[in-house]
Amino acid sequence: MDGNASVSVALAGSGGAGVMTAGNMLLEAAALAGYYGLMTRTAGPQIRGGEAAAMLRISTFPGDGQDDRFQVLAAIDWQNVGRFAAELPLGPGSLIVGDPAQGEPPEVFTRSGARYAPVPLKALAREVPGAWPNMVALGVLAALIGLSAEALEAAARKAMKKGLEAGIAAAQRGFAHAAQLQGYPLLPPPGKAPRWLITGNEAAGYGALRGGVRFVAAYPITPATELLEWLSPALAKVGGTLVQAEDELASINMALGASFGGVPSLTATSGPGLALMIESLGLGVAAEVPVVVVDVMRTGPSTGIATKSEQADLGIALYGLHGDAPHVVVAPNSLADCLAATEWAVGLAESLQVPAIVLADQYLGQARGVVDVPKSNAGSAAPRLSAEAGTTAYKRYALTPSGVSPMAIPGTAGATYTADGLEHSESGTPSAQASDHLAQMDKRARKLAQLDPGDAWASIEGDGETALVTFGSCTGPAREALARARAAGAAVRLVSLRLLAPAQPQRLKRALQGVKRVLVLEQNHSGQFLRYLRAEYDLPGEVKSLRRPGPLPFRPAEIHEALEQWSGA
Amino acid sequence: MERRMNAPGVLAAPAAKDFKSATKPVWCPGCGDYSVLSAITKALATLGLRPENVAVVSGIGCSSRIPAYTTCYGFHGVHGRALPVATGLKAARPDLTVLVTSGDGDGYSIGGNHFLHACRRNVDLTYIVMDNHVYGMTKGQPSPTTEPDWSSKLAPGGTGLREFHPLVIALASGANFIARAFSGDPNGVAALIAEAVRHPGFSFIEVLSPCVTFRPEQREWKTRVHPAPVEPTDDPGRAARRLMTDDGFNIGVLYKGSRAPYRPAGGSAQRIEDLECQFRL
Repeated sequence: MDGNASVSVALAGSGGAGVMTAGNMLLEAAALAGYYGLMTRTAGPQIRGGEAAAMLRISTFPGDGQDDRFQVLAAIDWQNVGRFAAELPLGPGSLIVGDPAQGEPPEVFTRSGARYAPVPLKALAREVPGAWPNMVALGVLAALIGLSAEALEAAARKAMKKGLEAGIAAAQRGFAHAAQLQGYPLLPPPGKAPRWLITGNEAAGYGALRGGVRFVAAYPITPATELLEWLSPALAKVGGTLVQAEDELASINMALGASFGGVPSLTATSGPGLALMIESLGLGVAAEVPVVVVDVMRTGPSTGIATKSEQADLGIALYGLHGDAPHVVVAPNSLADCLAATEWAVGLAESLQVPAIVLADQYLGQARGVVDVPKSNAGSAAPRLSAEAGTTAYKRYALTPSGVSPMAIPGTAGATYTADGLEHSESGTPSAQASDHLAQMDKRARKLAQLDPGDAWASIEGDGETALVTFGSCTGPAREALARARAAGAAVRLVSLRLLAPAQPQRLKRALQGVKRVLVLEQNHSGQFLRYLRAEYDLPGEVKSLRRPGPLPFRPAEIHEALEQWSGA
Repeated sequence: MERRMNAPGVLAAPAAKDFKSATKPVWCPGCGDYSVLSAITKALATLGLRPENVAVVSGIGCSSRIPAYTTCYGFHGVHGRALPVATGLKAARPDLTVLVTSGDGDGYSIGGNHFLHACRRNVDLTYIVMDNHVYGMTKGQPSPTTEPDWSSKLAPGGTGLREFHPLVIALASGANFIARAFSGDPNGVAALIAEAVRHPGFSFIEVLSPCVTFRPEQREWKTRVHPAPVEPTDDPGRAARRLMTDDGFNIGVLYKGSRAPYRPAGGSAQRIEDLECQFRL
């Protein structure tokens, strides 16, 4: 990371302590100061009153992963915060900021060797009528990072509607108090460029709109709800429509209905909702109705841990549909890519007339971060091929060389047809003939087989005889681990797949040319990605798997260590 | 919501036969659904609609085969989900006339939840349920409207369960138009469908449509049906009492409400780039 610097800080406390509010303001202040930043969050299962932690990484480079450990852990109180110990690794160089009035920091944190700096957060807040300790903690953290008081105040003015002046005054007290601590600030001054501050879920929502989505069916589910909530007013502004469905069976079918009507459509969900939608995704395949489902993955099986991340829906997304049902699966591999990947998925669904699943996850979806302004139009997919009025002897499912046949939009005279989940002839009439079944299966497979995704199918970086193959939110820490390995003189390459279905065996073969060792990295228990790679591709050389279930994200050091141990063996 | 396209010199108004496709139905001879298909085509002609401006949506079952037997745009989806498909279609394309055809298994059992919410949402749809108190396509299992003592292979001696009361449930859930029809009187069914399409909001027509194969005793329905003895009411309280006490063979419009149909938010058309200001630092 030549010339690249970052600092990781966490702010924890019980529910209602305002750690997310303060965390968001800290991220905004860092962004306004010109830094990159990423905030991920963790919370207990309680609706209100549960413990929560905002985890921030402020940096001089764009990054999508958490670091190995946190330099600062600040806690408003210690109630149940110890439950997050595994998610908040500290080290001997770390600093624990806590209010002595709330008791000593739990042993699970202090045994790391971290230094404890007591700061009377509550007492300092009391000096300002109407102020809260979270704002004092915000001031302390801003000073420790090296943010200016001006950036902090500007962020507070942007975020706070009531209690603004008291909040600013409290933050200033924390800021001044932190000046007594030695060894700070932690970050050099940043460079400035036009950037966005955005969550992964917002990015996916905006990508959907850029892709042309104008109908969304919504059923709330953690951690996808914010995506739908962002889309609701946004769609209304651009002339689109959002309907809240009674369940996920309804939401996917509403989206199919709207798309049949000619309007690009989407729904967003998480694992349990995707499971309910699967039957109707098969309908989208058979009837050739474009639709996009964003799956913001959380830990499973069943209800799992609703608030925390895992990459374990890969299997159902790829293979969950009954029958032979070719469809598209795209996985964003960074927060910014939630926008580009979703936009691309809409384009693929529309141009190929198939359902597309976007496999995001809680880590990316609920992370808020500073990203470079996205380039316009990430995808190169053609719009939906529609039939024109007055077509004679229109055949909805005509056997074309590309497999894509013109889709008549209701209202078009002379081209009426019935979209059908029953197997059908070229005209769409239900058919139980073996020949029609084979012809239509070939047609639906051909659409995907002929897809040319260009370079968008994967992010490929570096070369060398060792390759790290991964997807999704594991890409951020993987990229950072490889940067460290390269800095230590190793030649390593990264292949992060963005297009999971249809598989691209020839492209991966080229990407892995000359590779003797393949490390497959994924965040699930059973190695779903490894099994997928083994099924769809010929992996060269020796293959190893680095995996664990959610919710603990991979950290660069452990990936780097796995690579080093292997090369050394 | 229908668009009349039969202005002089433009296009002749299609007749009922123009709404009937060449596809041969899979139904048994004597099935009540033939008459419902005829009634739909007759109603669409009466309304002066053109096939390309009408969509017929269905799920799975004997009655759900109807879309492909019309020349309209059709959507034959999965079991139980016709109402959500139609809801999405109508919300996205309010210019279309959308009919939904279903049966007692598809509509009241697997799709029961959507029935409640479609009534409540009051989207401008016409929902035609052909009720024969049996799963016909799977060859004779009890449905939610089957009598408790009707014996079958799956439930020998009967289910012992009370029948579902679709009209009462529709009323309680907020349907804006509730009628009962009998397939033995296709002209009557056609008139009710035309009236339902004209009525704004969610219109529900339960059509008693005999299954001559698995419920041959339903041939006797023709002797039991009778016109509803009173005019339709717009008072849900009166309608509830009427529906709770009726014998199940009252034919006609039983309730006509005046609730405004569902209108999703939206309408303005900013450039989508205007949304970016919220992300800019």
